[in-house]
Amino acid sequence: MSLSRRDIENIAHLARLGLSDAEVPVYAESLNRIIALVGELDHAATEGVLPMSHPLPGLTQRLRADEVTESDQRELYQRNAAQVMAGLYLVPKVIE
Amino acid sequence: MAWETVIGLEIHAQLATRSKIFSGSATAFGAAPNAQANLVDLGYPGVLPVLNGAAVRMAVMFGLAIGARIAQRSVFARKNYFYPDLPKGYQISQYELPIVAGGQMDIVLEDGSAKRVGITRAHLEEDAGKSLHEGLPGQSGIDLNRAGTPLIEIVSEPDMRSAKEAVAYMKKVHTLVRYLRICDGNMQEGSFRCDANVSVRQVGSEKLGTRAEIKNINSFRFVEKAINYEVARQIEVLEGGGKVVQETRLYDPDRAETRSMRSKEEANDYRYFPDPDLLPVEIDNAYIEGIRAQLPELPDQKAQRFATQYGLSHYDALVLTASSELADYFEQVVQKLGGEPKLAANWVSGDLSGFLNRDGLEITHSRVDAAALAGLLARVRDNTISGKIAKDVFEAMWQDQQSADAIIAARGLQQITDDGPIEQAIAAVMAANPAQLADYRSGKDKLFGFFVGQVMKATQGKANPARLNELLKKLLSG
Repeated sequence: MSLSRRDIENIAHLARLGLSDAEVPVYAESLNRIIALVGELDHAATEGVLPMSHPLPGLTQRLRADEVTESDQRELYQRNAAQVMAGLYLVPKVIE
Repeated sequence: MAWETVIGLEIHAQLATRSKIFSGSATAFGAAPNAQANLVDLGYPGVLPVLNGAAVRMAVMFGLAIGARIAQRSVFARKNYFYPDLPKGYQISQYELPIVAGGQMDIVLEDGSAKRVGITRAHLEEDAGKSLHEGLPGQSGIDLNRAGTPLIEIVSEPDMRSAKEAVAYMKKVHTLVRYLRICDGNMQEGSFRCDANVSVRQVGSEKLGTRAEIKNINSFRFVEKAINYEVARQIEVLEGGGKVVQETRLYDPDRAETRSMRSKEEANDYRYFPDPDLLPVEIDNAYIEGIRAQLPELPDQKAQRFATQYGLSHYDALVLTASSELADYFEQVVQKLGGEPKLAANWVSGDLSGFLNRDGLEITHSRVDAAALAGLLARVRDNTISGKIAKDVFEAMWQDQQSADAIIAARGLQQITDDGPIEQAIAAVMAANPAQLADYRSGKDKLFGFFVGQVMKATQGKANPARLNELLKKLLSG
């Protein structure tokens, strides 16, 4: 498997990265090498091996009691927001 | 050309937990913007989600109630998309290994026939925040109080064939989650909403047509209207030689139409992968069976019991078990009255429901409680008042919140059961209507009803109907 220029542009868009024309081949080269490395796994014998969703065998998710443990700290949290108004975080318009 | 509609629903039900699914923030509705959004909900770097056990428990309850398989091992995954209503840049959801899979729901259609709808899966996920666009030129305001509220997304098979079936299914799920007390079902507040996948195909075709997904519909009425509009739109496109585009659409209730949502993301590419911040959720049989043992009586079971125990029609049983609160009310009336389930059923599903509807009240806020209604029905049973007068008394009870006995006494509404006064009234009516009397006696039997009406009018509706009938027959025949 090898990534085309279009694939790179698409991935960059999904990741919200602005790549210049010159950068696209650089990323294509690096990503293709990473994919080739991971591709080595295709040669491993994986028959009968269950896919892992986690590299921590034997551990399972701890459950929390359903209790409200947080108080309102809006003012503190909003101190580093770019823009707020009436308690809302303001962002560039997200619908047309 | 004959077309067949194919509908599948994705219902989002907010779970009635006190705190969020991955943080200790409160989930209460109506707080000041962002007062219930902590560092985890805001997606600050370095925070870790910790799963709320109550959310897992509620999802398992739902799975058991729909006869589904409960996964002893389920996995949370990240669904990636950039939208400020989830500042992490992804939604924590479940993908390949959901907690609930393969259940079903039986619905009853308007013509009384039954239909089974398959439920593919139900998975746990976090809700997103709210974006507000009004009055903010060029900007959106983000309130993240809702971000991280636990949801189950209930995904049906494409088993429904009309908007009415879809509504019946959605109502049934709504009833169930409220019976289970895992969701408050408040649709105005968005606690219960759905996306409808709608397509059409030619009758006889096995292949599904291209579907459109109508997002975020939050009322039963809108579901029906949105689907009907969308079906008509797709048929028009196809019959005009066009093709249905697979896309997301929004229903606009003001214009009663669906329209295309211009998505920022060209094609949805969510790049799901297991969330490395969360371990697999493992639950054992003892946990599942413990929950099963505590399930309440479910709507179908209750309806079945009402039909057999109280001798009600299947339809009445369904109406009365539409909510557990209504069913409880009915059972209290019967208990206090010491029987008469059919009389109680007629009143609860008739006048009482009518007044609740008119005033937009829930049964739990009824202005006439179960004991008071039982008091009224006791007076109907012992013939103190007729069923017709009882309606007036009920209205007065609703208004003044007094007992039936107090109203009957104050207004002198006791039924006239003694023969004397009824015979007097009949005699007066006969004397006042000689022409009708002559016609009746010459064979116009239909005039009997006229005389009943006149005597009832003369007695202000208080004559006992059975006595009146008997005496009137005797006196009219002369």
